[in-house]
Amino acid sequence: MRFEHWIYTLPLRLRSLLRGARVEQELDEELRYHLERQIEQHVERGLSPEEARYAALRAMGGVEQQKELCRDRRRVSLADHAVRDVRYGLRVLRRSPIFTTVAVLSLALGIGANAAIFHLVDAVRLRSLPVPDAHELVDVRPNGAQAFGTYEGVNSKATYPLWEQIRTHQTAFSGMFAWGDVGLLIGRGAAARRADGLWVSGDFFRVLGVTPVRGRLIAASDDHRGCAGGTAVISYGFWQRHFGGADAAVGGTLTIFDRPVTVIGVTEASFTGLEVGRSFEIALPVCAAADGPRRDEDVVTALDRRDFWWLTVMGRLKPGWTIERASEQLKAISAGILQATQPSGYPAELMQAYRNITFSAFPAAQGVSRLRDAHDRSLLLLLGLTGLVLLITCGNLATLMLARAGAREREIAVRAAIGASRPRIVAQLVIESLLVAGAGAVLAVPIALVSARALVGSLDVVDNPVTLTLSADWRLVTFVGVSAVLTTVLFGLLPALRASVVDPIVAMRHASRGLTADRRHAIFQRALVAGQIAVSLVLVMAALLFVRTFRNLATVDLGFEPSGLVAISFLDLPSQALPVEQRVVFQRRLTEEMRSIPGIAAAASSSKIPLQRGVWSHFFTVPGGEASQKASRFTYVGPGYFETMGIRLLAGRAFTDRDDSAGRPVLIVNESFVRGHLGQRNPISATLRRLAEPGYPETLFEIVGVVGNIKYADFRDESCWCDGPDGMPPIAYVPIAQDPSPFPWAPIVVRTDASIAALTDAVTTRVERLNPAITVGVLDIEEQLQDRLSPERMVAWLAGAFGALAIVLVTIGLYGIIAYRAVSRRNEIGIRLSLGATRMQIVLLVLRDSLLLLAIGLAIGLPLTRAALRGAEALLFGLLPNDVPMLVAAAVLLTAAATAAGSIPAWRAARTQPSVALRSE
Amino acid sequence: MSRPSDLVQGTLDLLILKILALEPQNGWAISQRLKQVSNDVLQVSDGSLYPALHKLEQEGWITAEWRPSENNRRAKFYSLTRAGRRQLQKESADWQRLSGAITLVVQLPEM
Repeated sequence: MRFEHWIYTLPLRLRSLLRGARVEQELDEELRYHLERQIEQHVERGLSPEEARYAALRAMGGVEQQKELCRDRRRVSLADHAVRDVRYGLRVLRRSPIFTTVAVLSLALGIGANAAIFHLVDAVRLRSLPVPDAHELVDVRPNGAQAFGTYEGVNSKATYPLWEQIRTHQTAFSGMFAWGDVGLLIGRGAAARRADGLWVSGDFFRVLGVTPVRGRLIAASDDHRGCAGGTAVISYGFWQRHFGGADAAVGGTLTIFDRPVTVIGVTEASFTGLEVGRSFEIALPVCAAADGPRRDEDVVTALDRRDFWWLTVMGRLKPGWTIERASEQLKAISAGILQATQPSGYPAELMQAYRNITFSAFPAAQGVSRLRDAHDRSLLLLLGLTGLVLLITCGNLATLMLARAGAREREIAVRAAIGASRPRIVAQLVIESLLVAGAGAVLAVPIALVSARALVGSLDVVDNPVTLTLSADWRLVTFVGVSAVLTTVLFGLLPALRASVVDPIVAMRHASRGLTADRRHAIFQRALVAGQIAVSLVLVMAALLFVRTFRNLATVDLGFEPSGLVAISFLDLPSQALPVEQRVVFQRRLTEEMRSIPGIAAAASSSKIPLQRGVWSHFFTVPGGEASQKASRFTYVGPGYFETMGIRLLAGRAFTDRDDSAGRPVLIVNESFVRGHLGQRNPISATLRRLAEPGYPETLFEIVGVVGNIKYADFRDESCWCDGPDGMPPIAYVPIAQDPSPFPWAPIVVRTDASIAALTDAVTTRVERLNPAITVGVLDIEEQLQDRLSPERMVAWLAGAFGALAIVLVTIGLYGIIAYRAVSRRNEIGIRLSLGATRMQIVLLVLRDSLLLLAIGLAIGLPLTRAALRGAEALLFGLLPNDVPMLVAAAVLLTAAATAAGSIPAWRAARTQPSVALRSE
Repeated sequence: MSRPSDLVQGTLDLLILKILALEPQNGWAISQRLKQVSNDVLQVSDGSLYPALHKLEQEGWITAEWRPSENNRRAKFYSLTRAGRRQLQKESADWQRLSGAITLVVQLPEM
């Protein structure tokens, strides 16, 4: 029965929608026909034509109303009305261009800012890898594997022997692969440059499901021991940049680490590796790592070293397997795997800990990301802040809409009188708001894209470039759309509801003033402003906290003097083959060469550049102290290091040239180390036993000096498994000449007042004379430190801008409502003045209003601020989220704003002439 | 003339459907026919006739077409659809049941 119903009704409805005018005409004709017949009948019965007409019309009861009733019965109202409301709304908005522009622009900016941050969060956090069935991908991670050797690459979780074992014994995965990121050197000598490389196992591309756009990708046949590493796959981006997108790239050669490598294919454009925020440039099979730069003097290559962690192991789950089940299977095989891959050269206690390592599975659909880990919280915080700003903007818009509705009261009253029902009026007003929000949303999309790209630009740091694809996709558009609807509800619905409650007669009477229902409107507006003040408190507090955090970070005591400090690094391949003793000589020669350059005041070698990422630790025990082993950071430095860096020597002596491999093993420790590990003992002449590990035999050191603390790898408190106060970790320094496994290319830190360009020139010339195969990199440490802070700087800027914006918006809102109140109380003020009130009393009267609203707003705002900023603790530095002085400062700022907002109306009110005030009605 | 009772207003749909079951009519003719058939007892107010007709059309129980009427002017003629016929049967049955029940109550002997 229902279907038959539709056969008739659907054409009817379509007809009403599409041929509306025609349908109207027909209705008119139908009613007119009836009237004519009725009039004829009356005339036949003897009435005069006019009487007949009159009687007929009265019987019908108003032709227009009949038409309306019929239209209502036809029930096409919804779509029909919507179309009409939209047209009407457009007309109304066009009539007040200033309001429309202001509203649309403020919404565009508000929604755009929100969408920008959302887009970033989406790109960093939410998006899956661009490979088929990314949800099946799993990351295999070890528990309890810290400090068992050397870690290369940010995400490394396995050694090559472990990878081989896992691959052989696993049953949970239909395919497994391993990868590791590496910095490659392409080209030769002075023309060499760094490229982001990726070691990939043979099945990497196949299991992931990546396809080539040219040539072919690395397959299992390319990955076998002794492969000589002659093949490489390049990324789409690299293909465009380096080869200009030429077809000849496939089959062409690149020189990587001084060896020729053939390019066999190019990956598709959407695949940039498994790390979100980074893109690889060249992928090489893992077997080629055997011939990589780490050509240590022993024959054990990277593929066999059991203490070299450089791979991430991932797999695709078999159908029907869950991550938990896979984890269990991995745990079950862990014991056997670890037993089979035990490294030698460690003491027995550590060996047990190694065997206790277990592997488990983690979801990897979103890949891994250093960007995500570093900035996840900041981005979420920014999303919250922009949301609050949008909220305040909506508040202001709601007030505006209300004021406009007040001015249009007459029009609304007329419509109500003709017969528009309340829902219809509300619908029309809401559609107007939707139009404004819609226009704002459309503008918001390009604003969002531009802002997102700019934000990413600020996260981009020289040694840590960020690659993110930020383009309009359905997620962004959906977010913008939903924001538009939500903001409409926020600023359009309530004013519409308020405005539609209108008594036509009362409205007509007060036609010229438009102040009817002002009491109701006023309460709503006041509540709105109080809410805005509360939200502003959060924003102002956030601004103060983050600006202060940035200042704290920028002025933190690093323990050394960064200005004028430059780090020179050397990449040199042939000298890797040098035996250990010659490396020490080489390093010394290099350092002397640097010292002799004019403009360089001091130079010294160091295995670690200060505040560069990367941690080098050893285990040790203190003879005569606790038996359990401890761990600490160790740095290998040459003579003159502390002087060059500007680190204070507190006791004992610094290293000299005589502290070499022939001499006694000596150690210098910092204050934190003494406090944390040596207790009350006198550090000088105390001994320390460094536990054995591959390449580092057990050694008994004598401490000969104590130096001041410095920040090691991070500005903030570093998580180490030892306690250091003030975020300065314990560090032990060993003379670089006593390093049993020195790199041939330890960086040299120099103190200079020359410019970087001049310095680079001088250094390059000198080094070229020494050995033309060496590539030199010069890093300005002070600049680098500032760069490191750019995310915090960005957050501080944005939070500060939002706080300022919030104050401005709230001031405007408050001003509006106070001025309005003052005007409506003109009579009262006039009476008071004529009764003898002083100007000051009037000012206070008006201001009291402002301050009352402020008090309510602050009362709501305080718990709101507490709740909102509670999670921000990790982002702050030197501050807590509920820092009382900051809170007081925020409240003071808002009070000043409220006073300023109220002062102009107050002053004007105080200046009214009583006679004028009393006369106006 | 007594006013049409409220009950009649509620059953307007039923009356219109029945009239149209006899033959297709335009709105004016329907009201005239109703008056005639009921001996002037049932007078549909002009104000409720057309909204009711449009509602019935919307429900798909009657359908309309424009034809020349007896005075050669164009008028909108309504006729019953199959669904309308079924609706008429249903409403007739409801009405019989309802009026039967009321009659039973009204005919109760008083003390």
